[in-house]
Amino acid sequence: MIAYIVRRTLYAIPILIGVNLLTFVLFFVVNSPDDMARAHLGVKRVTQEAIEKWKAERGYDKPLIINEGAAGVGKITGTIFFEKSLALFAFEFGRADDGRSIGGEISARMWPSLAIAVPTLVIGLGVAISFALLLAFFRGSYIDLWGGVTCIIMMSVSGLFYIIGGQYLIGKLWHLVPISGYDAGVYGFKFIALPVVVGVIGGLGSGIRLYRTLFLEELGKDYVRTARAKGLSERRVLFTHVLKNAMIPILTGVVVILPTLFLGSLILESFFGIPGLGSYTIDAIQAQDFAIVRAMVFLGSVLYILGLLLTDISYTLVDPRVRLT
Amino acid sequence: MSFKFEPLWTDILIYLLLAVVIAFILIARRREHLRAPWREVMRSKMAMACLLLLLAYLAPALLDSIHFRPALADANNGRVDYSTEVLSVLDVVATPLRTRAEKTYSAPFTAYLYAKETVTRADGAQVREFPRLQFGGAHLQNPAAERGGDILLRSLRALLAGGMIWLLVCVLLIALLAWRAKNPFRLMFDDVVRGRTGIPWHVVLCTAGAIILFIAWSAALSGYYHILGTDKVGQDVFYAALKSIRTGLVIGTLTTLVTLPFAMLGVLAGYFRGWVDDIVQYIYTTLNSIPDVLLIAAAILMLQVHMANHPDQFDTIALRADVRLLFLCLILGITSWTGLARLLRGETLKLRELDYVQAAVALGAGHAVIIWRHLIPNVMHIVLITMVLSFSGLVLAEAVLSYVGVGVDPSTMSWGNMINSARLEMAREPMVWWLLLAAFVFMFTLVLAANLFSDKVRDAFDPRLRKL
Repeated sequence: MIAYIVRRTLYAIPILIGVNLLTFVLFFVVNSPDDMARAHLGVKRVTQEAIEKWKAERGYDKPLIINEGAAGVGKITGTIFFEKSLALFAFEFGRADDGRSIGGEISARMWPSLAIAVPTLVIGLGVAISFALLLAFFRGSYIDLWGGVTCIIMMSVSGLFYIIGGQYLIGKLWHLVPISGYDAGVYGFKFIALPVVVGVIGGLGSGIRLYRTLFLEELGKDYVRTARAKGLSERRVLFTHVLKNAMIPILTGVVVILPTLFLGSLILESFFGIPGLGSYTIDAIQAQDFAIVRAMVFLGSVLYILGLLLTDISYTLVDPRVRLT
Repeated sequence: MSFKFEPLWTDILIYLLLAVVIAFILIARRREHLRAPWREVMRSKMAMACLLLLLAYLAPALLDSIHFRPALADANNGRVDYSTEVLSVLDVVATPLRTRAEKTYSAPFTAYLYAKETVTRADGAQVREFPRLQFGGAHLQNPAAERGGDILLRSLRALLAGGMIWLLVCVLLIALLAWRAKNPFRLMFDDVVRGRTGIPWHVVLCTAGAIILFIAWSAALSGYYHILGTDKVGQDVFYAALKSIRTGLVIGTLTTLVTLPFAMLGVLAGYFRGWVDDIVQYIYTTLNSIPDVLLIAAAILMLQVHMANHPDQFDTIALRADVRLLFLCLILGITSWTGLARLLRGETLKLRELDYVQAAVALGAGHAVIIWRHLIPNVMHIVLITMVLSFSGLVLAEAVLSYVGVGVDPSTMSWGNMINSARLEMAREPMVWWLLLAAFVFMFTLVLAANLFSDKVRDAFDPRLRKL
């Protein structure tokens, strides 16, 4: 088991190097630091001194890959590639344009993101599985048919409209909760409620359909026929046998996204004014803060690879037939 | 009027895609195994209704994809100068909608502006009031009293005309069917009305009726009112929503076209295995591990920087917006080919062990021949299903990306941009709701039709679900 985890972690290294190279090419080669400085400072009427100052402030005033001017190890370490790209491996994210440490911001903003993402995931999963069981139980009937159509209708509405509709109905018309904002601790509940409800409803349509298919697939298997042959009621078959077995693909599917929950939801957070990582990213994109975007790209892929690893491990824990070799 | 044909990059790709689709239809017509699943799709009432709706969306998008630059009126001594403004055929058809701009917001069907202005009366007194619109409801003497009756009368007249056209279409179609089946008209009419035809023509005709009535109604009324109001700069929202159709369809379809060459790497990986497989798997795991939105954001940011530094490469605003749209399709394609490639790799791994491939190897066929003639045709159904299924997701993604600020160019009309601008006005009283309504209705109808249609297509093509 441990040997497996170690090997998988080693596999992750080339992938992270690939991500790192890709971001390096995107951010520094496609457009030189001079171009970025000019785009930031306004294209016209910008002096070379201003560009040099902008670059020096951010540490972009070095050669890209090889520093001919430096001696010894400095040839490699005194470069943008070493200082900006390779440093990401040590989770040294550097500073944002406003001078704050990106690493510090990330660890502070993680918690509001989790406060939204975790309840959304748990409640959403519960609701979707319940409805999917209901549809699977009444499969082939009008409940199943119209339930399926309702799911498709819910999937056809853009997530933006769920947010706008939720804000308008619950926040503005009924005055149940504030439209946006955030507060840590118990008082934060009123701020969290609306984003969570909107997040759950937004993901419901596709979730129900996916889980219904999983349940129906399980229903076609041999052990279900055996259970029926034993004379178990359809309810018993569905809610104990099928549900238990279908939880394997459902849970392993969830494990993949667990680490990425830290990143939060871009849209929800920015609409509801939650100071999480999602809104941090959006603000960075809109302010063209390249350092933050680069850090988030790297962090995102680390978390994704972690999710893949956790998935494989959880397979063995849930299903003893799967052996890791 | 003379003009200069000026196809944009996305236009050319749309023509290409159209040619591919037509070629596919022509090929599929002659092959029974390709026709069979489509016949099943055509037999479904839901699928036919959705298909017709999708075609109705396609029409304005295609009209909007033929761009040209009109000649300027004052041609000096024989030399013709062309306007820098790039127009499309849709712009010409909807000239009244395009040119009749008000000052700022106005609600649907209203005759007054949304904001109060200081107006000087004839007797010199200055009052703050809602001024009359320049175009919307301008033909009315006293809007408060006449408006309701006028709208009703015009609607009835338009619906009546639309109904006549629909009847004509019905008669023509049934006559055509009767002629092809060599049946008397009465008999065919009976069959169609009772739904006893192979393709559910009664559903087709009902859907066509609804579409024709809507077109007649909107065409008649948009000449006198702004039927979906106007936006911040006074532009007709109905016109903007029509123009947005092309943006949505381009992103939904061209992205998949971009994915195809990349996804074929999956076939190569599955066929050659070994180091080719390793490399392809490495590439798609790496790309997959970057969160989509972030990769798109990074790429679009870099494009913005490039465009800001090289303004000379993009001489018209239309060209600039078009390059950004194309680039968005490209980057969306790069983030989304991985799923398809993985599916194709798995399928190819299975196919390459089958007898007919082994037979081809034994007969001395080369790699290229085996891949091109034996493998690709047999994985095409996966490509088709993925293409149809991903369409609606891409249309929805456009709105979200435009909201984040990494979607289409702000000057491109799109539903995402409409929602984004309406969001800023949410707090105003009374609320500016018509932009949201327009984007919602247009997007929802398109995505719903696409979702229902793709469901049927998947059912027909997915061998796992098909019972032979």
